Amino acid sequence: MKKKRSKPTSQATQLPKCPTGIQGLDEITSGGLPRGRPTLVCGGAGCGKTLLAAEFLVRGAVQFGEPGVLMAFEETEKELTANVASLGFDLAGLVRRKKIVIDYVHIERSEVQESGEYDLEGLFVRLGHAIDSIGAKRVVLDTLEVLFASLPNEAILRSELRRLFRWLKDKGVTAVITAERGRESLTRHGLEEYVSDCVVLLDHRVNDQIATRHLRVVKYRGALHGTNEFPFLIGDEGISVLPITSLGLNHKISSERIATGIPRLDAMLGGQGFFRGSSILLTGTPGTGKTIVAANFAQAAARRGERVLFFSFEESPNQIIRNMHSIGLRLEPLVKRGLLRFHSARPSLYGLEMHLATMFKEITTFRPHVVVMDPITSLMDAGTVSESKGMVTRLIDHLKASQVTSLFTSLTQGGHVLQQSEAAMSSLMDSWLLLQDFEGNGERNRALYVLKARGMAHSNQIREFLISDRGVDLVDAYIGPSGVLTGSARVAQEDLEKAAVLASQQEAARLKREVERKRSAIERQISGLRSDYESESAELRRIADQVGTSTLMLTTERAASGILRQADAKVAARTRGKARNGNGNQ
Amino acid sequence: MKTKTVKRRAAKLWQLRLYVTDSSPKSLTAFANLKKICESQLKGCYRITVIDLLKRPQLAKGDQILAVPTVVRKLPKPVRTIIGNLSDTARVLVGLDLRLAD
Repeated sequence: MKKKRSKPTSQATQLPKCPTGIQGLDEITSGGLPRGRPTLVCGGAGCGKTLLAAEFLVRGAVQFGEPGVLMAFEETEKELTANVASLGFDLAGLVRRKKIVIDYVHIERSEVQESGEYDLEGLFVRLGHAIDSIGAKRVVLDTLEVLFASLPNEAILRSELRRLFRWLKDKGVTAVITAERGRESLTRHGLEEYVSDCVVLLDHRVNDQIATRHLRVVKYRGALHGTNEFPFLIGDEGISVLPITSLGLNHKISSERIATGIPRLDAMLGGQGFFRGSSILLTGTPGTGKTIVAANFAQAAARRGERVLFFSFEESPNQIIRNMHSIGLRLEPLVKRGLLRFHSARPSLYGLEMHLATMFKEITTFRPHVVVMDPITSLMDAGTVSESKGMVTRLIDHLKASQVTSLFTSLTQGGHVLQQSEAAMSSLMDSWLLLQDFEGNGERNRALYVLKARGMAHSNQIREFLISDRGVDLVDAYIGPSGVLTGSARVAQEDLEKAAVLASQQEAARLKREVERKRSAIERQISGLRSDYESESAELRRIADQVGTSTLMLTTERAASGILRQADAKVAARTRGKARNGNGNQ
Repeated sequence: MKTKTVKRRAAKLWQLRLYVTDSSPKSLTAFANLKKICESQLKGCYRITVIDLLKRPQLAKGDQILAVPTVVRKLPKPVRTIIGNLSDTARVLVGLDLRLAD
């Protein structure tokens, strides 16, 4: 019998599962640990084996009505009770109410002399007695491997352990056996050889001075399970494993719009601002006013009577309040009214997962409508890009699922090249505003534009972003031949345009006067010509009259002389006619 | 539970507990071996209490019993434990700290 074979399940349905009640673990294993079988939990020192096992028992007893037995080989009952009390588990109370039995097994090798054959029936008797005394359904053996150090005869021990696991299966209890991680095998003493139904591996590693715990289901016979490594943490409410894909993509969607607190920005976003429940990314180089936009948004929401949770990873709450006061934002009354809550923590205080858990907890207790995270990038430095993307995904999932509008500011290192982390994060964001600064003319000016805004018409223009003691304002920026004009260059450009307008107005007036002058000159000419013409025509009439009288006189004179020369006039006319005919006949 | 008491003139009384399960061969061998050693070394000043764990499982916890059979020397102090069927007499003597008693 090299390895035990699990009984083939005749029914097509899944193996019966035993829910652990541990946040996230049941999702990874789609229901829990295999019921009635032993599960091996292995990992190095300090990775949370005992706590996971203890939580399995406590939740079983409290939530699922399954009493449990904890057989401890390393820690005494008192120590265990004290240790898990920090997670809010009242082990002593559960023991009193006969929900849990703790049996501390201790063998000191130096105090024990071995003589002849023996078996571990005593262990079986104790365990059996503990199980029967409360009708236990769950058993934890924490850390069984201690026996390898206490008992000199390994051959006996191994055969007895094999018998023990068989016996646990026959008892029908769901068992969790913890074991120390081995160098080349899963466990130091090869316990995985005996427990082959389900193996969970815990790991605690340090990246860039920040420690994160990971959980992986190495093996789960006869069931589908998440094979990835999932980060988990030990908070004050026990262990929570954070599966990235826990929520899926089926959030409820709101088409309600909420104002940004900057009227011109609302106008840029289709006139109404962001969608409720959307996620907004605000990127910018240092000093471009990210926190100011975020604070405006927070103030606007709080003034509408919504609860706002402001996570700050760089500035203390008082510093933010003072700084925003200088631009006319009064945040402290909103804090006093309980509408605005700050949560400040250094990013390096603890690992990403712990940050995430703290944020989840704050969000759960405060139930905000709007969450601001300033800046998300300093938090992302606490882990690798993929880790932090996973974290942001989970955070956004969580916020979207509860219809919370979230605004993340993100610090870029300058230049136009977007950082890897931003590119990774942007796909998760519904809207992306970019704050940029323009240098020129010996000054630095801020500009804002909407890089993307899912599901709404938005302006494609770059606006200059002005910060004054009355708050922020957005003004149109000028596009000149050398790029966008901002600041004094924009003012100069405005002046130039004004001057140009004035000049053209003056030119028009001048032209008008010129035309007027020309017209009057022409009119004068016309009237001169007209008088010339009139005088000439008067002259003409006079001459015509003269000519008329003289002609009349001449005619009458001719008539008189004609009468005198009548005869020969007729003769002459006749002879002139004869001469013309005779020439024609010849 | 069987009790075997042998009185001797010595002031000290040795209290020994033998944990067994039922009447398995190992248990019977252990009891026989223990009795033989005690008779030769501690005649008259020892008491052996045999505890059957199948009948009184709750007693296993008190003396941290894992292996069966186990002999626990309750008195004189300090408590000493020997596991096995006690077939190796020399080891039993070392375990019970009886070498010095010779």
